[in-house]
Amino acid sequence: MNFELTEDQKMIQDMVRDFAKKYVEPGILERDTSMEFPHDIVAQLAEHGLMGMVYPEEYGGTGVDTISFALAIEELARHDGSLALTVASHTSLCTGHIFQFGSKELKDKYMPDLVSGTKLGGWGLTEAGSGSDASGMKTTAVLDGDHYIINGGKLFITQGSVGKTFVILAVTDRSKGNKGISAFVLESSMDGFSHGEKMDKLGMRSSDTRELIFENVKVPKENLLGELNHGFIDTMKVLEGGRIGIGALAIGLARGALDDSIAHAKERVQFGKPLSKLQAIQFKIAEMATELEGARLLVHQAAYLKDQGKPFGLEASTAKYHASEVGMKICSDGIQIHGGYGYMEEYHVERYYRDMKLCEIGEGTTEIQKMVIAKSMLK
Amino acid sequence: MKFSLSEDQQMVQDMARDFAKSRIEPIAMEFDKSHQFPQKLIKEMGELGLMGVNIPEEYGGAGFDTVSYSLAVMEIAKGCSSFAVTMSVNHLVCEIIRLYGSEENKKKYLVPLASGDHLGAFCLTEPQAGSDAQNQKTTAKLDGDDYILNGKKAFITNGTYSDVFIVTAVTSAKDAPKKEISAFLVEKDAEGLILGQPEHKMGQCASNTIEVTLENVRVPVSNMLAGTNGFKVMMNGLNSGRIGIASLCCGLASSALDEALSYAKDRQAFGKPLNRLPVIQDKIAEMGTLLEASKLMTLNAAYVKDSGSNYVKSASMAKYFAAENCLKIVDQALQIHGGNGYISEYKIEKLYRDARITSIYEGTSEIQKIVIARQMTK
Repeated sequence: MNFELTEDQKMIQDMVRDFAKKYVEPGILERDTSMEFPHDIVAQLAEHGLMGMVYPEEYGGTGVDTISFALAIEELARHDGSLALTVASHTSLCTGHIFQFGSKELKDKYMPDLVSGTKLGGWGLTEAGSGSDASGMKTTAVLDGDHYIINGGKLFITQGSVGKTFVILAVTDRSKGNKGISAFVLESSMDGFSHGEKMDKLGMRSSDTRELIFENVKVPKENLLGELNHGFIDTMKVLEGGRIGIGALAIGLARGALDDSIAHAKERVQFGKPLSKLQAIQFKIAEMATELEGARLLVHQAAYLKDQGKPFGLEASTAKYHASEVGMKICSDGIQIHGGYGYMEEYHVERYYRDMKLCEIGEGTTEIQKMVIAKSMLK
Repeated sequence: MKFSLSEDQQMVQDMARDFAKSRIEPIAMEFDKSHQFPQKLIKEMGELGLMGVNIPEEYGGAGFDTVSYSLAVMEIAKGCSSFAVTMSVNHLVCEIIRLYGSEENKKKYLVPLASGDHLGAFCLTEPQAGSDAQNQKTTAKLDGDDYILNGKKAFITNGTYSDVFIVTAVTSAKDAPKKEISAFLVEKDAEGLILGQPEHKMGQCASNTIEVTLENVRVPVSNMLAGTNGFKVMMNGLNSGRIGIASLCCGLASSALDEALSYAKDRQAFGKPLNRLPVIQDKIAEMGTLLEASKLMTLNAAYVKDSGSNYVKSASMAKYFAAENCLKIVDQALQIHGGNGYISEYKIEKLYRDARITSIYEGTSEIQKIVIARQMTK
């Protein structure tokens, strides 16, 4: 066993930490209020090679390992959960799905622009009527000559309006349930493809969440992603990877809450001494730090197993579930340590708390993670 | 980062697992009931190198790293935590002598302890001084080439069967501005060392716990460890001990989870096995997750120790987290057993009792949190 970062991992961590300080921290409060998508920062991320870092050089990536990816997401989320979510979903879901299951042609066509960050990617599984129960989806894809005709819609789609390339799931054989769902690559410029208004959210406010609407969208047959009727099974694999990203995101937010709380506790004087000298506050800090440490190790372990090519579904669910659950607690305690200030936007920790809630829901709710974990343990 | 075991680590784990399965598990319930100390089996563990896993070979140990040691304690604790605490305390004593003993101390005391020929005890706690260890009253007064020790030590693990005791005592004068604590190596045959009767405990009944009284016990100056830096001896001993106890918690919790899994598979309710009920699955997922995080934190602390870095925070985090979650896991495992879990015939009843001490000994959870917070707000 070795719990130390490699030189490469350390380098990426440092690089993204500096990046976040320089480009991400400034303006964060304004972005949270305005819900403005930070095109300029994303362009900087792209320039720094951070929009597809895990993918091979042939597609323009740097081929870094998943632990490095998790570290990068943590550093971004330390300041801005929305931005980390943009990078995580773009990288793991849309690009990840095409990379894992796309034909050579599809990969050659779509990967370079996604990996370079020239185009942003979105991924559509959830619908208005189907969340955790993804098999209840209504969107259909019907073969018509050389094309599939797609009708329906998707909900809560990250990068919904800023994305150019989308992977979406649609029913191709209603009679087969989960085994009648397929994945397709869509372009936002296709006729009949549109998105809804920006959705006002509790947190992750400067990430772009939209409804997607498909009205007779004509998709070339070769844009079928993976095997016909294999979309749902592939989706489960894609989500396994995605959960590492969300776990890392939760770690980053929780670290923000902890770091800010420690700084506040050292500065703020009550009862004649800094809060950090009061045992009630010390205990909270100890609990927060301990929970964070455990969650981070779970995330890194899942990332390590993925890098080794070993099964990591159980570990990724464990990491995502635990990191988001303890993350909520850490952020809540962070607000508590800040007292009234913690409830004020200016002090960030209330934003971490709002952002964190998404981690318990997105890419598989806590309840779904537990089902995955129990199923795997009871095998 | 690398989350897989090295060959040596794997080997130690396998060896400890085999021993626990074949030698400890079959008799664990019986020894719990009879409150017998498994002297013969502890000797066997010594022969396998399990009483000095991470002590260098030149000092009688098996020469593996702390990660291996932690893995070994986890496996032994799966068999029975009484064995694991016996082992952990012996390692704590070994570690202190390795760190602070003179070369003669090491040859004389460490070699037989690490090889399992002898057993060691650590005497810090007193009837009135638990978490508040500074409040100890045992004294050591210099008299020629000897110190003379007087006092009472409480809850001493391995006491009856120990060959050597590390005893902490106050060496400063009563009116000194700063209290000075020192640590001494005391042999079992020392005149005036009085061993009490084994305590009747709630759990970990096959481990031995006694009161130790010192009445004018003479100890040569050469048996003083680290001069008057006894506080450092205590703290560093406890730091390393915490890795042992955290490992014990992981093994104990793992055993409870196994019991719950197998019970949930066999037991029928509402027309199907318990493990098909979402409410039980939910518990199992939580238990599995908490156990996994406990293991990683424990192995991380062991790794940090091996790497030579400051591991105070990691060890306290691991001990605190693993103990608290061990309690949660045994509690939920018993809950899954329903009424049967309350009956001594079921192993979970023993595990539940065994677990309760883990958030108390070698630094309560409350003390761990103080240690962690101090490290975090430095």
